[in-house]
Amino acid sequence: MSEPSPRPSSPPSSPSSTPRDRDAIADPWGARCPYAAGETWPARVDVHLADGVREEDVERWVPTASLLHSNGDAMDIAVCDGRVVGVRGRADDRVNRGRLGPKDLYAWQANASADRLTRPLVRDGDRLVETDWNTAMGRVVDRTRTLLREQGPSAIGFYTSGQLFAEEYYSLAAIAHGAIGTNHVDGNTRLCTATAAAALKETFACDGQPGSYGDVDHADVIALFGHNAAETQPVLWMRILDRLAGPTPPRLLCVDPRRTAVARAAVESGGVHLAPLPGTNLALMNGLLHQVIADDRIDHGYVDAHTVGFDELAAGVAEYPPGRVADICGLDAEEIRAAARLLGSAERLLSTVLQGFYQSHQATAAAVQVNNLNLVRGMLGRPGCGILQMNGQPTAENTRECGADGDMAGFRNWNNDAHVAELARHWNLDPLQIPHMAPPTHAMQMFRYVEQGTIRMLWVSATNPAVSMPDLARIRRILGQERLFLVVQDIFPSETARLADVVLPAATWAEKTGCFTNADRTVHLSDKAVDPPGDARADLDILLDFARRMDFRDADGRPFPAWHDAESAFDAWAASTAGRPCDYTGLSHATLRARASGVQWPCNDAHPDGTERLYADGRFWSAPDECESYGRDLVTGAPLEETEYRALNPDAKAVLKAAEFLPPRTAPDDEYPFALVTGRTIHHFHTRTKTGRTPELRDAAPEPWIECSATDARRCGLGDGDLADVRTAQGAVRARVRITETRDGVLFVPFHYGYWDTPAGDRPGDGEPGRAANETVPTDWDPVSKQPLFKIAAAALQRVPDQSGTAAPTAGSEGVR
Amino acid sequence: MSKIALVLRELGRSQTSLLHELQALPDRHPDEHEIVHTAHDLAGWAAADLQRLGETAADTGVALRSWPRPAPLRGAVAARAARSVRHRPETGLLLLADLRRLHRKAAGVALDWTLLAQAAQAMRRAALVELAGACSPHAHQTATWARSQLVVVSPQVIAS
Repeated sequence: MSEPSPRPSSPPSSPSSTPRDRDAIADPWGARCPYAAGETWPARVDVHLADGVREEDVERWVPTASLLHSNGDAMDIAVCDGRVVGVRGRADDRVNRGRLGPKDLYAWQANASADRLTRPLVRDGDRLVETDWNTAMGRVVDRTRTLLREQGPSAIGFYTSGQLFAEEYYSLAAIAHGAIGTNHVDGNTRLCTATAAAALKETFACDGQPGSYGDVDHADVIALFGHNAAETQPVLWMRILDRLAGPTPPRLLCVDPRRTAVARAAVESGGVHLAPLPGTNLALMNGLLHQVIADDRIDHGYVDAHTVGFDELAAGVAEYPPGRVADICGLDAEEIRAAARLLGSAERLLSTVLQGFYQSHQATAAAVQVNNLNLVRGMLGRPGCGILQMNGQPTAENTRECGADGDMAGFRNWNNDAHVAELARHWNLDPLQIPHMAPPTHAMQMFRYVEQGTIRMLWVSATNPAVSMPDLARIRRILGQERLFLVVQDIFPSETARLADVVLPAATWAEKTGCFTNADRTVHLSDKAVDPPGDARADLDILLDFARRMDFRDADGRPFPAWHDAESAFDAWAASTAGRPCDYTGLSHATLRARASGVQWPCNDAHPDGTERLYADGRFWSAPDECESYGRDLVTGAPLEETEYRALNPDAKAVLKAAEFLPPRTAPDDEYPFALVTGRTIHHFHTRTKTGRTPELRDAAPEPWIECSATDARRCGLGDGDLADVRTAQGAVRARVRITETRDGVLFVPFHYGYWDTPAGDRPGDGEPGRAANETVPTDWDPVSKQPLFKIAAAALQRVPDQSGTAAPTAGSEGVR
Repeated sequence: MSKIALVLRELGRSQTSLLHELQALPDRHPDEHEIVHTAHDLAGWAAADLQRLGETAADTGVALRSWPRPAPLRGAVAARAARSVRHRPETGLLLLADLRRLHRKAAGVALDWTLLAQAAQAMRRAALVELAGACSPHAHQTATWARSQLVVVSPQVIAS
């Protein structure tokens, strides 16, 4: 099973505010600290230091937060002899109250990995050779100048990350959108958090997380929609577990085709686990709303005062009675009614959403219905009443707000000339310099332009598309083109870096200073603790060096960007957010250092201590002149025009939008009878560039696996631990089978495994099946959020006849979990 | 004498033409994934609306002619031709032309539904009023989508 469960042999550690170094592989969530509704979550400090290092040996503790998920767990980095030697959770922080998850505790070790990139590399024929910064940056600058002369800004694209700092994204946005003037800027956040942003823009006309982790302390019902929090945000899950262990525990609703730890806890709490067929989330949500409305569990006062569109929503979901929805989703009608009763009886409802919805069919339309659910129940902006449209990555929120992900900086509306002019004033550039004739190009479209040959230089920072994108054979073909100039800025020789023309060695977390903002808007400063290895440089320094070499100038002929380091970049960023929903004007590096326990934006003169919940007063950023988005058609994704939006929502309310369920475009058939779902697991992050270089995490799950139900395994002649191929029209993956309580007809494969630690290095060996789940994933995306769908392939499962190969250490249900 | 039969027949013709256009797009642009997938969904609507139109027209005594979809062989050939030029920037111009034609056809169908709705109101034909009310949004959404795709794709096609 992918969800870890404590080994029976290891006694659970006891709670204490004295720091404890537990075995977080055997005991991923640590000891319980039960607490009741409305109480403060008790502190429990987790620590892990390198072998032989004691806390009294540590010379300095440097504040930061977690890098390998979106939760933002605050911690201090232990430094000894100029090296990172461990981490300790911060007891006073609002996010984690001292707790750390397995990745937090161990993954810092990857920083010191022997194969870090320490020198720039440039292509010489079919190999990459070491060089100096002058040579490498010279090549980048020469090619940029040539392309700008030959074709203009449309020849250049930037594909960035959810793991850099706010200062770096803002600088990238300024350089790309402002100085160069290309519309092609996006992050790998497109793969993880685009639907969260899109769903919030549809409902509230503006991005920005409404809820707070503090809502867990108050909720009486917590509904997790496609959100396997136990693995993706283990510390958030610890908070829920502690409520479940206390008096007045909440009941949980879990929507997930797998019987995860969350699903089991939901049933044990007296709640409900729904396991719909992949691709039917929207039908399910429509059915739940149908029943909640039919039972009249509606806060009519709230709906009348604060929303538009209720009649259309009610009419839309009227066509989804539980019986019909049960047929579509492969559920019992009574299960759907029970879930609706749970939601309808909640007095304080917290809803959370993640990839089970975001990476599946009709992603945005389904996530929007979760917003609708809380709105029609009037459960928003009060303790325990919240919506958390979650993120997957540590700084995904910053990518969005800084405009490095297909948005404009400061949640500005590309379709509103006044917003673009305001941004141009902050940058002291001509507004015409900033492309805004269409939404910024999303990553999937950028790769198509590269395939077509109209984007001729792609600068990839801190991400690994050669493993993380759908249909990897196609992506390798695209990135491997001779005519493409590929710049890769990373800390390891990733699969993508091996295809590059220029590789720029970057510094990482603990080696540079910057801010990050987690999924509930908590801003932490991450200070530099140690020097980067060799010639590696902070991403911010690389970007600003590029700008200086290009000699970008503002309207008055001064160097652009006008800032020169992390602190001045932050100040410029904060100034540009004045009057916007993500207002950082009350923050600076100095104030964040003084208040290391985390501050939630907006933070400004009116809210000097930050803001725990957005929309507490039922007021939204949805006025036509203020909003970030006029919205989109939930089926086609076509943007609404300003006049349509003004007619729809003149008084700045929240918008209730209905959407019609359409059958998934990829459905199992005779040749490919299974629905294939890919996903994240607790021990690894993305393409394992760090977690695969961390001994504890690497050994906990060294090889990929295939999860299926006992019935399906029997039908395919498979036993636990047998080697099997998962095959789709796109490609195949070979791994060992784990029999789990997955829904019949559904397969699960973790997406973390690539090729950097295999002989071939960046692709499957000749004639061999792959190891990366994305070999099998077709290229399809949600038309609204443009997020690719990783949870809806049709696949065949086949036993590999010759089982003479060496058994992978994960083989079998008793393998390392 | 009422010309409602004429309006229904013209709508049958234009709706069929729109359906075929939506069915052909994925074959012609197999590497434009968003076009492929959304056109597929919109074709589902167009086919369902055409069927409802045929049934409602039959109830009023008007038999609609059916036009066969252009031969599938042409579709396969078109797809192969498109794949052979997937790396060529010039294909962008073909996409613009196809989206422009789709927009024109969808806008025309939307107008035809408006004509039917107007006539049905005047003649107090409830079934036709309901039909037009249910189907015309789909034609509008299709036209809007074609336009939005043109807006997004055209700068890159034309500027590069």
